[in-house]
Amino acid sequence: MVEQLDKSATRRAIISGAGKTLSLAGVAIALGGGVTSAYAAKKSDDVAQDVAILNAAIALEHEGIAAYQIGATSGLLQPAVLDLGVTFQGHHKGHRDILTNAVRELGGAPVEEKTLEEYAADFNAGALTDQEGVLRLALKLERGAANAYLGLIPSLGPDYHKVAAQMAGDEAFHAAILANALGEAVPKDALMFG
Amino acid sequence: MFSLIGIALGATALLPHGDNSMLGTSTGNSERISLAEPEGGANSPGASLELIGKGRELYQRRCGACHSPDANRVGPKHRGVYGQKAGSVEGFRYSKALREIDVVWNDETLDAWLENPPAFAPGTSMGFRLPDAGEREAIIAYLKSLSAASTAGDTE
Repeated sequence: MVEQLDKSATRRAIISGAGKTLSLAGVAIALGGGVTSAYAAKKSDDVAQDVAILNAAIALEHEGIAAYQIGATSGLLQPAVLDLGVTFQGHHKGHRDILTNAVRELGGAPVEEKTLEEYAADFNAGALTDQEGVLRLALKLERGAANAYLGLIPSLGPDYHKVAAQMAGDEAFHAAILANALGEAVPKDALMFG
Repeated sequence: MFSLIGIALGATALLPHGDNSMLGTSTGNSERISLAEPEGGANSPGASLELIGKGRELYQRRCGACHSPDANRVGPKHRGVYGQKAGSVEGFRYSKALREIDVVWNDETLDAWLENPPAFAPGTSMGFRLPDAGEREAIIAYLKSLSAASTAGDTE
């Protein structure tokens, strides 16, 4: 049974695989009795914690998607920059979909996005007057997102460490390109994020 | 490595001719567009302006993905948070963990919270941990400065 559970855990490491709920059932059968109940309750708390944190990550992705949407429809971007922004937005949609599936598989309800108008107010988007401003907003969000993913990994269950690190990598990639496009110097020190 | 550099340079090339110099290379320019850009208050008893400045920079880097002083985003707005009850920012939808916790934010509670939020309030949606005590001290000093400067009577 232990071997079976280990295999199950490995499969769960791929986020599209079976959710933790199935794992809990397996653990409960394996242990039995009062210990099972206590262990299952603890694991249930762990699942709820993962759902809460994954939902915060979804909210972060919603915000990123909205920022690129606002930028794309601002009329401030040159066509090539617009294409780049749409590509980056597609990555954030991919993140959102992966995280949303994970929350559903854990039995949770994915957090919904706010309206574009609400995001625009949050971003003070009315202050955006040129392409540079849009790119700086995107850079700020991407840098923050890379740091956020790295900072939340220790709080997530191990099933989600890899995918959170992958998303941090995507955000850092976006940030690097945006910073270069804005003419920022390459940081001299190592460990630029986290 | 080469492909990343190539892409990055390509992105630069996407900008209007000569825009690199126009956009500038200093980080100071990054203050021009903001998510309700943080501005610390001048009066924060016990904290030096240097520490507050460091905290402001760290706040943007560590917290800015989800938080702003004056806008409820992924997390609640932070102006006025210091000295107020946890989970009480108007208009922000908190997790059950934060709604029910009986805590007032001060140096000690913020330090414990920022070090490990899920341990402080199990079930919270804030998973971001700040393990460096020096960074926590600076960010708390900055948050305190925001509260000192706040005149709006925010409830968090």
